[in-house]
Amino acid sequence: MAKTITLEVARYRPEQEGEPAFENFDVPLNKDWVVLDALNYIKDKLDGSLSYRWSCRMGVCGSCGMMVNGEPKLTCATFLTAYDPGPIRVEPLRYFPIVRDLVVEITDFMSKLKAVKPWIVRDEEKPISEGEYLQTPRQLDNFKQFSMCINCLCCYAACPVVGLDQHFIGPAAIALAQRYNEDSRDQGKEERMDVLSQHDGIWGCTFNGECTRVCPKNVDPAGAIQQYKIKAVTDWYKSLLMPWGKK
Amino acid sequence: MDTSAHDVLLVGGGGAGLRAAIAISEFNPKLSVAVVSKVYPMRSHTVSAEGGAAGVIKPNDTLDEHCYDTISGGDWMCDQDAVELFVREAPKELLRLEHWGCPWSREPDGHVAVRPFGGMKNERTWFAADKTGFHMLHTLFQTSLKYPSVRRYDEWFVTKLLIDDGQVRGVVAIELMTGRIQAILAKSVIICTGGCGKVFPFTTNANIKNGDGMSLALRAGAPLKDMEFVQYHPTGLPFTGILITEAARAEGGWLLNKDGYRYLQDYNLGKPEPTPVLRSMELGPRDRLSQAFVKEYEKGRTIETPYGHVVHLDVRHLGEKKINAKIPFVRELCLKYQGIDPVREMIPVRPVVHYMMGGVSTDINAATPIKGLFAAGEAACVSINGANRLGSNSLTELLVFGARAGLHAAQFASEQKEGNTAAILAQAIDEKRRVEDQFLNKTAGRESISTIREEMQKAMEEGAGIYRTHDSLAKAAETIGKLQERFKDIAISDHSHTFNTELTAAFELSYMLDVAEAIIACALNRKESRGSHQRTDFTKRDDEKFLAHSLVYRNADGSTRVEYLPVTITRWPPAERVYGK
Repeated sequence: MAKTITLEVARYRPEQEGEPAFENFDVPLNKDWVVLDALNYIKDKLDGSLSYRWSCRMGVCGSCGMMVNGEPKLTCATFLTAYDPGPIRVEPLRYFPIVRDLVVEITDFMSKLKAVKPWIVRDEEKPISEGEYLQTPRQLDNFKQFSMCINCLCCYAACPVVGLDQHFIGPAAIALAQRYNEDSRDQGKEERMDVLSQHDGIWGCTFNGECTRVCPKNVDPAGAIQQYKIKAVTDWYKSLLMPWGKK
Repeated sequence: MDTSAHDVLLVGGGGAGLRAAIAISEFNPKLSVAVVSKVYPMRSHTVSAEGGAAGVIKPNDTLDEHCYDTISGGDWMCDQDAVELFVREAPKELLRLEHWGCPWSREPDGHVAVRPFGGMKNERTWFAADKTGFHMLHTLFQTSLKYPSVRRYDEWFVTKLLIDDGQVRGVVAIELMTGRIQAILAKSVIICTGGCGKVFPFTTNANIKNGDGMSLALRAGAPLKDMEFVQYHPTGLPFTGILITEAARAEGGWLLNKDGYRYLQDYNLGKPEPTPVLRSMELGPRDRLSQAFVKEYEKGRTIETPYGHVVHLDVRHLGEKKINAKIPFVRELCLKYQGIDPVREMIPVRPVVHYMMGGVSTDINAATPIKGLFAAGEAACVSINGANRLGSNSLTELLVFGARAGLHAAQFASEQKEGNTAAILAQAIDEKRRVEDQFLNKTAGRESISTIREEMQKAMEEGAGIYRTHDSLAKAAETIGKLQERFKDIAISDHSHTFNTELTAAFELSYMLDVAEAIIACALNRKESRGSHQRTDFTKRDDEKFLAHSLVYRNADGSTRVEYLPVTITRWPPAERVYGK
């Protein structure tokens, strides 16, 4: 028989089990397979009741983030051979409530995403007939990397502050706020600053940079938080020194 | 039974659905909009689109040329009134997305940049590097968050359209988190569930692309149109089927056979030049390029790999700087998933099922023949794509016809009074019982979901692939018919009400079997070769008999029937498709 590798998969069926437990599955160690392929093999051939999210299998839909041997990973981009001879432990993303098996509850994240007003805010909209807003490649570069976030939530599972304070709005949401703040077409920065200031958790960020380290898309949420803090502190000083001036 | 009610309901929350939701909210913010999607909207498959979105914006380009490229690309199967409208609306929709923040790639002076694309005579493809679909989807999703009238049903799975007296009245759906089965009523419904690539074994399509909306519409009595036209994209990575965007060729990539020869020159697609020539060679249309691959294979000039024969896509001569600037995702995908660096190595590629030209039949206003039921995006067939879609028309299509579907569904809903709620609820209760008895609580059953799915996919590839004959199609029809029977004996081991993905997999398989039947029925009846539909037993295009759309219906006894609807010709009479000249 061809070589196999053991997956220790976290199972949790709330109607059956009081708490999560691990179940072992042996899967073929195919050199072209990623962890997600192994999960699909389990679901198709060994146990149809295993639940997890996945869709594009090309690292862009953001569905298949899980803990692989304790690290948040996109399972569609994580090869089995990297863990040879195994075992490979697959768990749901850390710090999120578990719905079932490898599926976590993300409604709280969805409300945090919306809270930062992730859309273009303008005092006045230009009619379509007047064409595009001009934006040079350099202006695009100012926010481009923050726009690459796929909402896979690996950064939340890596962030010690998220682990301690559930109210912390979190790396991806702050990066998204910064994506619009730095867009030359946007005028909503002050509104967003107000939103972010209400979330004290941001000051707990210790800059350990885990969010940036685990990001599969090379977004730099830690950098976004840094930019935000500097701006917030400057605004605060300005309001002390020049209380009559506009922020 | 739990019920909720809205004015307009969207099945699907990808590009077309979100564009429609915004259009409805802008038409009248008092209208309540329900977006019912089996995944969180930002997971929708629009996210995977790479190359770009076509729209005339540069002074050297014209609307008529975009029309001509689209119509000739579609081998004269496009409805020309729809194409004219599409081409006219395209730049406005792309600009609207620019105003909403889409990070389009730019010229040095700050204007939106465009790139060439296959089958297009001019450069008119807007792009956001090579993650255009991703950026469009996230821009639409994030923008949709500012409209309070949009109520999302994230991770709700639709099992049925509710129809009363010839009019749609809502859906029955399962909330995945809780297993709750609910009737969601609405005065109009838009189907925007995308395509059905998973009917085939080797596809660029995501796991969620199962033709849900196509099957739901078919079961509700609406016809599907032009289902025989299945697009194979010429350049997918072997094994994974991950798409390598046409932009790789538009930026100057070459297709080479095992001898390092640019083989497209042998297939009436022009002469090889060092830099890209529009409507020529590697920038020919997708159907012709995928067909050329098969011919090369037959001549023994492809390269054998463990995952089928391939040719090479060579972008090395573009250099690292250009690759990183224009097609960074191509490099990322090759590095992460294929273990090769396109800066230094050639990319192995083979044709891969990518897109359905066919879909739920609609008119130019996105309306289906069922009152109150609309469709848009890949799930729909207007038709602007004819027998072969041009790359970069589909992203624009979901904007133009998503917005149009939203507007017309909103207008329709505004004119409606409450329907016969008692009759609808009775229907919903029946459906709830069906879901419970035949799926959720089903204890007996011997057939495996994955086995039937694999056999279906194999039958479709063998019978309804790039080249088809009567015999191959008839055999596939027989297999799918048997699989439909075997499906009734499906085994479901998971009876949980919490995020039961075995339950959804069973429903998805049933949808795909319906769609597979529809594809085969249309392909069997079309005894000609046109665009992506190539019959080795009828090798010529036959305008006399088949300048007409296929409309496939489901009969009361479950069988299918195919009727025909003439193609609308306005200013471009049928002619020969010419490339490379």
